[in-house]
Amino acid sequence: MIRWLALFALIGGPAMAEEVVAGLSRDQVAITANFDGSDILIYGAVKRETAIPTGSALEVIVTVEGPLKPIVVRRKSREAGLWINTDSVTVDSAPSFYEVATTGPLYDVLSYTEDLRHRISLTRMIRSVGAPSEIADAETFKEALMRIRGLRGDYRLTEGAVELAEETLFRADIDLPANLTEGRYTARIFILRDRKVVDVGTQIIRVRKVGLERALWGLATKEPALYGLLSLIIAVAAGWAASAAFRFIRN
Amino acid sequence: MQLYLPIAEVSVNAFLLLGLGGLVGIMSGLFGVGGGFLITPLLFFIGVPPTVAVATGANQVVASSVSGVLAHLRRKTVDIRMGTVLLAGGIAGSALGIWAFNTLSRLGQIDLVVQLAYVLFLGTVGLLMLQESLRAMNRARRGAPATARRQHMWVHRMPLKVKFRTSGLYISVIPPFLVGLGVGVLAAIMGVGGGFIMVPAMIYLLGMPTKVVVGTSLFQIIFVAGFTTFMHALTNQSVDLMLAVLLIAGGVIGAQIGTRIGGRLKAEQLRILLAVLVLAVCARVAFDLLVEPDDLYSLSIAGRP
Repeated sequence: MIRWLALFALIGGPAMAEEVVAGLSRDQVAITANFDGSDILIYGAVKRETAIPTGSALEVIVTVEGPLKPIVVRRKSREAGLWINTDSVTVDSAPSFYEVATTGPLYDVLSYTEDLRHRISLTRMIRSVGAPSEIADAETFKEALMRIRGLRGDYRLTEGAVELAEETLFRADIDLPANLTEGRYTARIFILRDRKVVDVGTQIIRVRKVGLERALWGLATKEPALYGLLSLIIAVAAGWAASAAFRFIRN
Repeated sequence: MQLYLPIAEVSVNAFLLLGLGGLVGIMSGLFGVGGGFLITPLLFFIGVPPTVAVATGANQVVASSVSGVLAHLRRKTVDIRMGTVLLAGGIAGSALGIWAFNTLSRLGQIDLVVQLAYVLFLGTVGLLMLQESLRAMNRARRGAPATARRQHMWVHRMPLKVKFRTSGLYISVIPPFLVGLGVGVLAAIMGVGGGFIMVPAMIYLLGMPTKVVVGTSLFQIIFVAGFTTFMHALTNQSVDLMLAVLLIAGGVIGAQIGTRIGGRLKAEQLRILLAVLVLAVCARVAFDLLVEPDDLYSLSIAGRP
């Protein structure tokens, strides 16, 4: 009953002023042996029943996030003259890849409360709650994670990268890096007015290893003994072949 | 040409890996060591995760050692019996080392142990070899005959004596077993075959003739590194075959070239070069431990060392 009401509310209730309709140039990314990164075009339009509202500008934010994983961040300090890892904090969930593309400077188009609610900016996206109590500055570990992955190009903020035409059509080109991990990538498309989110759309991009990459990875994890033997056979055969080949050349 | 490595999950240049394998292969053919002690840090450097670098490096050592030992078998400079005793110790040591590696990985101190082991062993071995080979070269220049090293050492007073015909030795099996054990532990932790420790230990501790040492060392390295590779594949699933094949392809060819170069150098010159190389690697690792790093923070995926 409640479900029917909810559905009714969606269809027949006061129609939302503006809705986002989005698509992807591709929803599958295959990691092949010569995988060298991938471009994804995220495009769409703003659907509305009425005229374009005046008074405030429409803005668009597109985020793409990779699979979430807990990450251990370690910090070195000097102990007995040696630089060694002493403290560590486990960041509960951090995406392997995260890009935020916008039509303008992030906090010009997005308010802090809306950021908190929708977890749009990188710092809101990464969840870190379980820091050990003896580490007082757990936040700096999270900042280090953001900085290191940012330098590697895994975390990006591209302000102004979303193109918006006539407050209706938009497009964003997302450049997935070569060091991609497998899994489900989520693209979120936000349309905003007055720094408030008007509507959100979600799309899924599936990234998976294919062909030889998939076969090797599958064998290594499912049949580790067989895989280990295969590694050894290849090594011995190669060593023998090189020795035989060089003897052949010499004679 | 970029290649995506399925286990390491990084994209690397295939020709860089072939070249890297080739370079290390030349070193191993030249000096009679597996070359793992060079390949592992080089792989860290190009962004391969440490566990994958260690396991895959061991796999490459198997290939280059097979390539080298075949040449020595033809020259009859492999003491199979001695190799087997060293191997028995090596297998026990390798199992011990894998266990230590996994325990330390969980504690997060694996970097420190690997680096300290590197500095300690590379430094000691490098200095001892440099001193010995410089002295040998001076002696050769003065035209003095090489002094016989056939004294009765502590090694000769232990029980369980066995005849090692190819080496011309009649000693207890305990010292070679212990040498094998120690090298096996290092092989598993550091991802090296241990040739650069095994070779001097066989010459200076066991008193074996130099011409038999290299082949015998390579003979047992095959099995120790093979066992290490297999155990890493089984417990950590960290052998990257794509990476291994490229390193091996470069490595086995390099090993053959290295053997040719080695044939044209004098034994002392060779040992000096090896000592300098070992000390250079040692200095590089020591530098990391002693100098404040650019970034105090490092990342790893939880649950995967």
